[in-house]
Amino acid sequence: MEPKDKMIEYLFIFFNQTYKILLLLVPVLVSVAMIVWLDRRVWAFVQKRRGPNVVGPFGLLQSLADALKYIFKEIIVPASSNKIIFILAPIITMTLALISWAVIPFSESFVIANINVGILYIFAVSSLGVYGIIMGGWASNSKYPFLGAIRSAAQMVSYEVSIGVIIINVLLCVGSLNLSDIVKAQENMWFIIPLFPMFVIFFISALAETNRPPFDLPEAEAELVAGYQTEYSGMMYAMFWLGEYANILLMCSLGSILFLGGWLSPIDLYPFTIIPAPLWFIFKILILFILFALVKAIVPRYRYDQLMRLGWKIFLPFSLLWVVITSSYLFYFDLLPGN
Amino acid sequence: MKFSRLLKTILMLDFIKGLLIAIKEIFKKKKTINYPFEKGKIGTRFRGEHALRRYPNGEERCIACKLCEAICPAQAITIESTEREDGSRKTTRYDIDMLKCIYCGLCEESCPVDAIVQGPNFEFATETREELYYNKEKLLDNGDRWESILAANIKANKPYR
Repeated sequence: MEPKDKMIEYLFIFFNQTYKILLLLVPVLVSVAMIVWLDRRVWAFVQKRRGPNVVGPFGLLQSLADALKYIFKEIIVPASSNKIIFILAPIITMTLALISWAVIPFSESFVIANINVGILYIFAVSSLGVYGIIMGGWASNSKYPFLGAIRSAAQMVSYEVSIGVIIINVLLCVGSLNLSDIVKAQENMWFIIPLFPMFVIFFISALAETNRPPFDLPEAEAELVAGYQTEYSGMMYAMFWLGEYANILLMCSLGSILFLGGWLSPIDLYPFTIIPAPLWFIFKILILFILFALVKAIVPRYRYDQLMRLGWKIFLPFSLLWVVITSSYLFYFDLLPGN
Repeated sequence: MKFSRLLKTILMLDFIKGLLIAIKEIFKKKKTINYPFEKGKIGTRFRGEHALRRYPNGEERCIACKLCEAICPAQAITIESTEREDGSRKTTRYDIDMLKCIYCGLCEESCPVDAIVQGPNFEFATETREELYYNKEKLLDNGDRWESILAANIKANKPYR
């Protein structure tokens, strides 16, 4: 092939991929904005308030108004901060929150990168997510952000361990690290039924992993002002905020892929099958997210030592025990995948 | 740890109970109002923006006795007076510094002729400080604007004074 043809081919692939990525990222970002609205609205409703209801129909455009406000605000970089890292931190947080979406399968055909180690990729990226927070806290050169960042690092590392072990449970039943295969393995039965305790622990760990209440210690506003975000303002704050909610959405989608059967309809019968697969997936994400929002409204914040105890002394041993139970069950009844 | 408590923790009974209560609360009537569009009920004794009232024939009620000026704990009121041709004493100046005012209602209580009153209006925020230094014209204007409500409020509270 001539160099010119090769160039055109590369360009074609490049634009094709960009188009696909935009097709995914723009809806994700819009839904992040909507999900912030939903979060505030559910929270308000549980407390018998009205919540944001002025901007647009039912206040749906509230997040856009907020984003506009953040864009027009001045970005203040503290004089004593490490400026490069300070500016890099929100960028890293948001980038990492968005690149995980590459492997999330919305239906059998719609997935940007159908790689064989999808779950490991998500796990690696969400482990990196803690760097954005640590960098933000460290570079601010201020005590509250620093304390918040330290707490956040410890918390995310602890709960990632238990999430990892929970994922092993699911992988034992599937026999593949590909997210599409994980969904397809649930055609007969969603994993929430045999692995219900693991689903509960996954949900709680996901709350801790995304710094949601009752595990929002890194940004415990009563003690640490806003944690690692204290020194941030304007668009940089908004990027942290976007990254956080994108991560929450990612955790919800991971939960629905691992346990709720991803894009599959609950029953493989006529009235359910006419609803397109991605809609089922979005519906499941929404249900999980509403649960996230409800939890925020009803639970008090954990103390730091309680948080660590729950992660290391209860969740980790329990999920390890469940790995043993699952694998023995699969081995004893000769149900191991690939046999 | 007792076994029953352990069971309760493992099954997360308290959490589920809380969740059900939360879901129930979602469908209940809201306790808050859409403030700028709907407003809460204001009592007849509400102490809001000041107003100087007139008699039905258009004569100012204020007789410049300066009781309000004397009693004002924040010293927000300034009054100057003069004698008219008909021998009556009237104010030439009646200023209230709304930034000093603590809305205690003592001026209203001290007034022997119900001239200075505090009305139901609380939405008089301004963009500059100067706009909140009220003079006599502004206060009389307020009185004319809110007269019907002010008179009703005074009438409603008559038996208790």
